[in-house]
Amino acid sequence: MQVAPNMSDSPAAIAVSHLVKNYAGVTAVSNISFSVAQGEILGFLGPNGAGKSTTMRILTGFLPATAGTVEICGHSVATETAAVKRLIGYMPENNPLPEDMRVSEYLYYRGRLKEMSRRQLGPRIDELLELCDLKRVRHRIIGKLSKGFRQRIGIAEAILAEPPVIIMDEPTIGLDPHQILIVRDLIARLRGRMTVIISSHILPEIEMTCDRVLIINQGRVVAAGEPAALKRELLGHARYEVEVMAESADLAAVIATIEPSLEITAETTPDATGFRTFELSTHHESDFSEDLLRALASDERFRLRALSRANPTLEDVFLAATKRSWDVIDRAAPKPATAPPQP
Amino acid sequence: MRHFLTILGHEVRMLLVSPSTYIAAVTFLAFMGFIFAGILAEYSTTPQENSPAVAFFELFWVPVIFMVPLLTMKSISEERRLGTLETLLTTPVSTGEVVLGKYGAAYLLYLSLWAGTGGLFYILHRFTRDTFLLDLGPLLGGYLFIAVSGLLFVAVGMLASSLSRNQAVAGILGVVALFGLIIGTHLLGGLTTVNLEVFAPLKAGLEYAHVFQHLDDFSRGIVDTRQVLFYVSGAGLTLVLSVLGLEVKLLHS
Repeated sequence: MQVAPNMSDSPAAIAVSHLVKNYAGVTAVSNISFSVAQGEILGFLGPNGAGKSTTMRILTGFLPATAGTVEICGHSVATETAAVKRLIGYMPENNPLPEDMRVSEYLYYRGRLKEMSRRQLGPRIDELLELCDLKRVRHRIIGKLSKGFRQRIGIAEAILAEPPVIIMDEPTIGLDPHQILIVRDLIARLRGRMTVIISSHILPEIEMTCDRVLIINQGRVVAAGEPAALKRELLGHARYEVEVMAESADLAAVIATIEPSLEITAETTPDATGFRTFELSTHHESDFSEDLLRALASDERFRLRALSRANPTLEDVFLAATKRSWDVIDRAAPKPATAPPQP
Repeated sequence: MRHFLTILGHEVRMLLVSPSTYIAAVTFLAFMGFIFAGILAEYSTTPQENSPAVAFFELFWVPVIFMVPLLTMKSISEERRLGTLETLLTTPVSTGEVVLGKYGAAYLLYLSLWAGTGGLFYILHRFTRDTFLLDLGPLLGGYLFIAVSGLLFVAVGMLASSLSRNQAVAGILGVVALFGLIIGTHLLGGLTTVNLEVFAPLKAGLEYAHVFQHLDDFSRGIVDTRQVLFYVSGAGLTLVLSVLGLEVKLLHS
């Protein structure tokens, strides 16, 4: 087989630059730029209404963008829509399926629409039914299947024609833990072969499956990078949780002697027994658990009940990033009111 | 256009397995049977000039106005409401192919429903063996008219379906549009005001689009290419508008 000459410098599978989408005066997506390398799995995070689904729809060519460019494997979505549609597998939000078709029938119909030959389709459908654990229901009517099955039909449909780019809008929504495991394995198997974009609210899911995460809020990218790097960037290096009976001023003084950068970031009100939970954080990488334990236990003023080093999850990153972006947006908002600086 | 056949095949299949198709067919045939029986009762009491086929096809507008919107209202509205239009249009399929495929299926169903009424004439022939009652000319002319005019009527139903995601709204729009097209032109043409010289172009237009006149001509065996062109070009234009309507809705969805 002849390899196309531009394969050697391998253009990004998805390249989005300065994407803007307005709906009747409302800006759903405002100046988003990112790119996804071939074979990469990108997690797309954001609160409801952040513009995730809109961005995904623009990537598929279903919605036109107001401004900016989107390229899928080097093809512009705006000018080469037909070519782009051959390169993507898309599973929309809420996964709409025809109610009155049988599972295998539906996959066959979709395969024909995706220009697969009849001879190819039979074995491919068998393979997918096996892969997505749908064999038992292949002759059942889709409208009568449970959410878990429907969700997996949507996923099977998206990867049916083995397109180089897969876009899935909340593929694991409504699945039980066992089914989530199956879907996670399924997506992991695509790694390296296909470029995948997944949006999800189940953050541990994204953390486990995705190579890179993109967090958007209010139509802007507020954080992007590998989950581990994001944690470092947004949350500091380490957090500790201490359950102790103490005054916060005393505690602050003691922890400052252990490591100057260690500070109290949150504290709760005392519970019935007088203990409070403090959250400490530091930018220093080494583990201070033992020092903390020793210092707090030996001091007469404190009664220590528990101490743990918290592992920040993507959830914390998500909350921090979206909160930060709200601050930025709030601060940015009054800007246009001020007079422009004189030259 | 390679997807047209895929979509057409799929739509026809879905029609064949759907109970609503059979309910529609039974209701339609029962209704047409009643009309046919009424006509025959009339013929048995008083001698008539025309063959029963002429009288039968003169009432074609009753089923057309009510059946066509019922057949077409679901096609695009339902896909939009369920969201399956989104999955459909993210495959290498154009909106034109989707509209044409669905139109083709609805038109085939429309034709087969009317073909069912052929049974009424067969029964009449079987039991009377009267050549006057089964005059082939008006019968073939009537069916030809139904086939040609159906092109436009079903397209109007498709346009209504592409305009709203609510099936009921699409249905009512379809009924109103077909009523305006068939009965409205007839009533307008009958007004004396239209005879004024100022309205001469309007009068000419109304005469050109007078559906009952077309039926009359077809029943007499006159197949005027201008009339055929009216339906074919009308259907083409309406389908183009349906595609545009669908795309506009997508742009603003």
